[in-house]
Amino acid sequence: MDMQVEAQGHAPGVDPHEQHNERGYLIGLGYALALTIASFWAATTSFVYAPAVPVLLAALAIAQMGVHLAFFFHISTAPDQTNNFLALAFGLFVSGLIIFGSILIMAHLNHHMMPPDQLMQMQR
Amino acid sequence: MSAGEDTLPNSAGVPLSLRGPAPTRVIAGFGFWLFLLSDIIVFAAFFATYAVLSNSTAGGPTGVELFDKPRVFLETMCLLASSVTCGFGTIANFRKDARALYFWMGITFLLGLCFLSIEGREFASMVALGAGPSHSAFLSAFFTLVGTHGLHVSLGLIWLIVMLLQVKTLGFEPMVTRRIYCFGLFWHALDIVWIGVFTIVYLGANSGHAG
Repeated sequence: MDMQVEAQGHAPGVDPHEQHNERGYLIGLGYALALTIASFWAATTSFVYAPAVPVLLAALAIAQMGVHLAFFFHISTAPDQTNNFLALAFGLFVSGLIIFGSILIMAHLNHHMMPPDQLMQMQR
Repeated sequence: MSAGEDTLPNSAGVPLSLRGPAPTRVIAGFGFWLFLLSDIIVFAAFFATYAVLSNSTAGGPTGVELFDKPRVFLETMCLLASSVTCGFGTIANFRKDARALYFWMGITFLLGLCFLSIEGREFASMVALGAGPSHSAFLSAFFTLVGTHGLHVSLGLIWLIVMLLQVKTLGFEPMVTRRIYCFGLFWHALDIVWIGVFTIVYLGANSGHAG
């Protein structure tokens, strides 16, 4: 990558420092494999305290997404990648609002819902 | 990348604000990155739907009864391996090495096909059991989420064939190189979505707490 081009901004998915290099992908593959196997292990084992398993799975998934972003997309917080990183942050923000907002609102509605048999009696 | 179109002459020493627009590949890459993020937001809506409806089985089969973990692990491995071979293909693309590109992208295609055939068989067996998308809200949400991902993979495979044909007929033109590079980003994004699918749908089902 030309230094001049780098100063103009940086496209996602292009490794500025180790371009034309398979090593980054193999390192990423190693991390991703370890995290995937850990996820499947955590879901089937009785070694981990059961109520903690969903949290562990979430942590492993987020870590693996980070590995994919860093090693496959070559996204970083470098100055020439500000645009890419800000777009990513906004995308994650909106996704988070949609997912956690929906879960929160629907759980709240369910919680305040009158039990069906009680509702039947009132309508009588 | 110091290939023709990406090199800007005489820009060293010129302040950033006085330089011309960024090279086409940076602009195209950023635009495609924005598209991918919007696609991920679409998936976020489907994930939210699944998380809300995953316990609404309407007396039908639950996820624990339907999902087969070894099969999902195999699917995951197919997609992860194809992501890496696609990365090697992208490197071959930047090097303008046609033989390496055909080799790695061919493997990517086969692994994607493996993934789709495993998923197709899973869907077919579920429908045969009477657990089709019309059976319960849980199954509707499941088929929408996983089916949309599968649809993306199918479209990606068609795109990949078109790109290989373009390399064959047009050679490594700047626009062809750019498209293959965008395909690589698309393929990596599908793998990221799949991490969410196997964690929330297939593994979350076991602990009785999906989402």
